[in-house]
Amino acid sequence: MVMATDDDRRAWELAAGVCDPEVPVLTIEDLGVLRAVHVEGEDEDARVRVEITPTYSGCPAVDAIRDDIVSVLSRAGYRDIDVRTVLAPAWTTDWMSESGKAKLEAFGIAPPGQRAGSGRDGRVELGFGIRCPQCGSLHTRELSHFGSTSCKALYVCQNCSEPFDYFKAH
Amino acid sequence: MRHTNRPISTAVSAETIERELADGLALPSDAVARYALGLGDDALILAQRLGEWIARAPELEEDVALGNIGLDLLGHARSFLTYAGSAWGRTEDDLAYFRDEAEFRNHQLFERPNGDFAHTIARQLIASVYFDALYARLQASSDPTLAAIAAKAVKEVEYHLDHSVQWVRRLGLGTDVSHERMQAGLDAMWPFVDHLFRPDRGAAELEGVAVPPQSLRDVFDRTVPAVIAEAGLQVPGIPGARGGGRDGVHTEAFGHLLAEMQVLARAHPGATW
Repeated sequence: MVMATDDDRRAWELAAGVCDPEVPVLTIEDLGVLRAVHVEGEDEDARVRVEITPTYSGCPAVDAIRDDIVSVLSRAGYRDIDVRTVLAPAWTTDWMSESGKAKLEAFGIAPPGQRAGSGRDGRVELGFGIRCPQCGSLHTRELSHFGSTSCKALYVCQNCSEPFDYFKAH
Repeated sequence: MRHTNRPISTAVSAETIERELADGLALPSDAVARYALGLGDDALILAQRLGEWIARAPELEEDVALGNIGLDLLGHARSFLTYAGSAWGRTEDDLAYFRDEAEFRNHQLFERPNGDFAHTIARQLIASVYFDALYARLQASSDPTLAAIAAKAVKEVEYHLDHSVQWVRRLGLGTDVSHERMQAGLDAMWPFVDHLFRPDRGAAELEGVAVPPQSLRDVFDRTVPAVIAEAGLQVPGIPGARGGGRDGVHTEAFGHLLAEMQVLARAHPGATW
């Protein structure tokens, strides 16, 4: 990693304020989608390079996020902005910040749980109970593997009967 | 301010980006591009078929599920086609919308009509096992872009595989009708299985970069018959179909699929959305 300068940090703060269009309580920094910001040159000639990584390969939010980053940085005076999508290393919910997880839960989306074993590496795959963001019960079940966006599954609480989105551990 | 979609970067570190910026992005060789084109076409065409289910699936959850799986596949297709096209100065859209039937390299399995829900699930089972085995190995490719696309894709197809396995069990062990239809779905898709594992001249020339298709047969034979047996179904004994999509030979259904997929882009060339 190149040493971050004050310019880098300022540009990072700006880009880090962009929210996910589908999960508006989370910033791209909370999500771990924002990977790097680097500024080269100064003032008028400054060139800012931003790296983001998609959550899922087909996630349509990437285009909106890219536009929002360009817009927030141009408002701050940057004119040469290069937003790049990087695929490696592949995004994982392990990169989601603790504050991001807390914000998700307060918003009514169960945050990604822990992952243990993948089945592929020979270890036993364990499913942990998903906590209902409404009543806090662990007595919940999966209603559908797939939900309103690529990153979510649909659950229902068997205690308070409320359905809710679960941000899948990935 | 205008900005354009750039080719997928494979930056794994800031140092790599520095080098890439200095050298310009590394472009694939023609052979690597042709290999990526086949993989991109597989994902694109299956994504298009799954998209046809939207608003028609047997239940709302499945509408969402098949749409989501299709979206992941479309993401894989975009990455592969962008990379392939960069060797020839063509964009992902040029490749998706402005090629004719014989120029597509997808396997015939992925273009098979959706049939009923059980036909689609049978195709999904075969496809997901194949993609899972392929990407698990391709992530070790010596080509960093192919490795990066595969490493991302493998996490997604694992989830798709789980979805199809659950449905094969549910339908196979469900009612007499669901059992019968699931068996009919497997029978209809089976002739197109062998194509996936035929030795491929292009892949054979790319040692360390491409995954030889025949090397994936083993995983398929270890997993799929077991899933089928657990669901109380029979592994079809139907011989393979002739011809192959990797050679540009397609079934009649493919032309209809392309017509629908390409009509808008061809009616309004240059349009963006």
